[in-house]
Amino acid sequence: MSASAPSSPDALYAQDRTDQNDPAIRAAQEERLRAVWKPPSGLFLRWTDVNNNRVGVWYTLTAFGFMLFAGILALIMRAQLAVPDNDLVSANTFNQLFTLHGSTMMFLFAVPMFEAVSIILLPQLLGARDLPFPRLSAFGYWSFLIGGVFVTGSIFFDAAPDGGWFMYPPLTTRTDLSGLGADIWMLGLSFIEVSSVAAAVELIVGVLKCRPPGMRLNLMPLYAWYILVVAVMILFAFPPLIAGDVLFEMERLLGWPFFDAAKGGDPLLWQHLFWIFGHPEVYIVFLPSIALFAMLIPTFAQRHLLGYPWIVLAAVGTAFLSFGLWVHHMFATGLPKISLAFFSAASEAVAIPTGVQIFAFIATLWAGKVKWATPLLYAVGSLAIFTIGGLTGVMVAVAPFDWQAHDTYFIVAHLHYVLIGGTLLPLFGGLYYYWPLVTGKKLSDRIGRSAFWVMFVGANLAFFPMHLSGLEGMPRRVFTYPAELGIGGLNLASTLGAFLFAAGVLMICIDLCLSPTRPKAARNPWHAGTLEWLAMPEDEDWGVRSVPLIESRYPIWDQPGFVQKVDEGRYFLPDAEEMRRETIITSVIDARPIQVARLGTPSVIPMITAVALGSVFILTTYHLYWWALAGAIATLACVLTWLWTGTAEIPEKPEKPIGHGITVPLYLSGPSASGWWAMFITMMADATAFSGLVFGYYFFWTIHPDFPPADMPDPGVFWPMAALGLTVIGWAATVAAREIHARGQVSAARALLVLAIAVTLASLAAGLAGPWAAGMQPKTHVYPAIVWTLAIWTSAHAGIGAICQSYTLARSLGGKMTPAYDADVRNISVYMHFLLFTAIVTYLTIGLFPLASGGAAA
Amino acid sequence: MLAAAVSACNRHQSALAPFGEEAASTRALTIVLLVGAVVIAALVAGLMQHAIRTPGGRLTHRQGMRLVLWLGAIVPTVTLFALLAASLPLMRPAPVSAADLRVRVEGEQFWWRVAYAAPGTSPVIAANEIRLPVGRTTMFELDGGDVIHSFWIPGLAGKMDMIPGRTNTLVARPTKAGRYRGVCTEFCGLSHALMAFDVIAMEPAAFDAWLTAQRRPAPPPAGRGAALFARYGCGGCHSIRGVGPDSAIGPDLTHIGSRRTLAAGILPMTTANLAGFIRDPGSTKPGVRMPAFPHMSDADAVQIARYLEGLK
Repeated sequence: MSASAPSSPDALYAQDRTDQNDPAIRAAQEERLRAVWKPPSGLFLRWTDVNNNRVGVWYTLTAFGFMLFAGILALIMRAQLAVPDNDLVSANTFNQLFTLHGSTMMFLFAVPMFEAVSIILLPQLLGARDLPFPRLSAFGYWSFLIGGVFVTGSIFFDAAPDGGWFMYPPLTTRTDLSGLGADIWMLGLSFIEVSSVAAAVELIVGVLKCRPPGMRLNLMPLYAWYILVVAVMILFAFPPLIAGDVLFEMERLLGWPFFDAAKGGDPLLWQHLFWIFGHPEVYIVFLPSIALFAMLIPTFAQRHLLGYPWIVLAAVGTAFLSFGLWVHHMFATGLPKISLAFFSAASEAVAIPTGVQIFAFIATLWAGKVKWATPLLYAVGSLAIFTIGGLTGVMVAVAPFDWQAHDTYFIVAHLHYVLIGGTLLPLFGGLYYYWPLVTGKKLSDRIGRSAFWVMFVGANLAFFPMHLSGLEGMPRRVFTYPAELGIGGLNLASTLGAFLFAAGVLMICIDLCLSPTRPKAARNPWHAGTLEWLAMPEDEDWGVRSVPLIESRYPIWDQPGFVQKVDEGRYFLPDAEEMRRETIITSVIDARPIQVARLGTPSVIPMITAVALGSVFILTTYHLYWWALAGAIATLACVLTWLWTGTAEIPEKPEKPIGHGITVPLYLSGPSASGWWAMFITMMADATAFSGLVFGYYFFWTIHPDFPPADMPDPGVFWPMAALGLTVIGWAATVAAREIHARGQVSAARALLVLAIAVTLASLAAGLAGPWAAGMQPKTHVYPAIVWTLAIWTSAHAGIGAICQSYTLARSLGGKMTPAYDADVRNISVYMHFLLFTAIVTYLTIGLFPLASGGAAA
Repeated sequence: MLAAAVSACNRHQSALAPFGEEAASTRALTIVLLVGAVVIAALVAGLMQHAIRTPGGRLTHRQGMRLVLWLGAIVPTVTLFALLAASLPLMRPAPVSAADLRVRVEGEQFWWRVAYAAPGTSPVIAANEIRLPVGRTTMFELDGGDVIHSFWIPGLAGKMDMIPGRTNTLVARPTKAGRYRGVCTEFCGLSHALMAFDVIAMEPAAFDAWLTAQRRPAPPPAGRGAALFARYGCGGCHSIRGVGPDSAIGPDLTHIGSRRTLAAGILPMTTANLAGFIRDPGSTKPGVRMPAFPHMSDADAVQIARYLEGLK
């Protein structure tokens, strides 16, 4: 099965597809494509759709709804703070309001909105028919909806989280000081974090594997670059928070004292884990807006964007730096001054790549012939607001200034300038820019511009005075303030501004509601040069008519006859002969076509899986552990059914032609396949979460003079080493099975898999036997608690490993895996590599570190 | 309008109206940062305006890239280096000697336990008010009692968190006598907004005299108020030195009558406020740990309040 790939794009371009000359042939192809991509209909079945056009729109609307909801919460808060000593809402309600406002805006609006918009746009930007795992997108959406409603709905039962969006223990871990709200926050949002990571996996694989032929990495639209950067950030930023959530709930539900100073824990561990997530999060929600600018500024400057490689490097640099600044949220926690100086410097340094990106836009506008339009107004206006937020950001990066400004309204002002200028207004700009792409209609320029000015004035009136009220002594998160401070006037101005801003948002909502009454706009109404504007005003769910060959960053401007050729199917894959949903998979660096992938079709499974997984989190919140266990088993059943029926399907023929004399396989396994990449990326996230737990172990070592404590039992050397040895054997047997299977010795491979299952299960038991045999009591001290946590994490992964191995064995026995079609065994090998890594770190840590540190085992 | 709004501010809780050396140098830094930020924001906005207005083709690709290099990368790098170099000295903690006053402050939901330790003497316990000698260095030792709080006297110095299991320090030197205010700045629960304290900077001689007075126990209990205080079991949580058993659960009341405010900087110290707070603290301060005494008569509450007010 070798792909006869073209030697160079030029050679390929020289061939024209005369076979597409006949309009009747083209009409027949369109008929087939339309039938294949037809969305399911019916009252319920329409919700089983998985096409990115539909799921992306649901996702966007839902995130938009959560934004409006969180905005209303903010208006109630501003009404309460309009005058001093007000009693419109109680302290209890107010604390729920600000906690939910921040959490919703961050977890249910900013991040999901990026993912939602990317799900809509990415296939268009890449000339793909859909994303590589449409069902995964649908699963992500339903998880998001369930988790979001669960978390936000709690406020109607007076049970919303009230510990702030940062949830600092011990206020939030002590069950006598905080109620169900804390569990709702932790478990509800953990569930959403899982779906965010799922979407990140989808987007990364989409960018890397679903680009059109010829679109080498350096020809990618900048938005795709930003998606890649931001999705990778999600991959490494969310898992530490998930690790923190695990520790947090273990303390709340089981009494394991990770953050309880009286039992050796430390509240600061949570702050580290939270801000290792929380700071990159700021850039996760900001970079997508820069990405929108990078798409619309060239359009309205009518020229290529200046400094493409610089912008890519700046984006990567921002992402990299953003993981090194989390301590600037902790300047007032009493950390050593030398580390403050380091983090102060790093925090200031992040202004440099941001400056490069902003000045690249300014230079582009300067060099180009600017065509003034509503989206550009939003882009320029939000850059102005963002610049102010960025400058106050540099101010608070200076530690001595931050000691005054930290946790005051100055910070509230700063972060809202950043988020309104760096997330919200750019999104509205994107809305005006991309609305025609999604609906075929333009929004009203008149309403859009009026709304912009209302919001611009409102935002400045609301947030500028907060700089002053903060420095004049107003702390954050206060439900009221005394009249004697004399900041009533500043607060009243902020309240008026907030309501003015809301009026602007309302105008946009009205504009959206009027849209259905308006006529269709022309195709590509802004005369943009990038690929996504191939979209037709009339709804077609197939994505692109044919998958183009890309030779420029602005193919519509630069490639002669481009749109017509795409529309006439003169590029690749213009047909769906086998009546299957398909898209082209290309190589990672240079985008050579290497496969036609069969995509998931509408199915109810993603939705059911989301419901099942959601039930695990929700039932755990209410301490219904047996029901939660039932939910977990149901989730496993759903996932296995989904995988069994929907993945690694053996095609009816090994390969198919995609045009221009190129024939590519229909099935790939190993590192060139999208499934392998998805597994690899997922496991990177998993390993990052695990590192968060390991960080916890060594963090406790750094804060305690004797850790492990000399008077406490430890798991000993024997059981951890036995568990490690068994994991190594299980790993080796799996890898050997993969190799032997590829050589055609199926029976021997099956026997090895049986051995691997048995040994992996034995490693599970041995892993738990160490702390068990030593009688380690996790409630008494943080040392046994963290050892148990590492052992349970690793053993649980061994259990999942055994399930993977059993699944692979079943696939082989069921005839769904053969030596030529062996994706399953190759994918689980990736899993086993990571399991091995996890086991090595865990068992060396819990087994040998006590010896090395001269602790208990001595 | 903003200028008018600011001048209306009562400046006793303001980082912009310093009464200590640390806050004064931070204010100077703030002004430099602020001016710099305004200038940069104006330049960027002006440049953006100019870029949009300029007809196409006036800026070549080469010139554009030079603009990005200089204004986007080199100028910010140089500026930030200068800023970092200028701010590093401010990060160095002020020197403290063994002879300096130490004030231990512990945050509780939603009040402050305070202990003054002048060198060579036993600590003096107080609560919800901090007095400092002008012109002398004071080192605060900050502890988290139940949850995380943060100790902030905006006019004196920056803030420092109070974290259970850790002791943080903060060094400050007041320069101007007067009455000021500090607040909790880390969200600590239901009444986080109602956790403040008075700060009184005094001339050194007056401070020494005050501390000597604070060291004295309360006079022997006398009168109906003192009897009611004992009968309602107030001493189970509150110490009045020289009167009842030592108990550190609630604020020390030995010299409560000498404080200017009640309930951690929330209410003026009046008989009516005190009596109301004794009967139903939760209506002033939601989530407060002190129980309500709904069956206590008004008259009893007033008697107790009068007794406490007398504890100067």
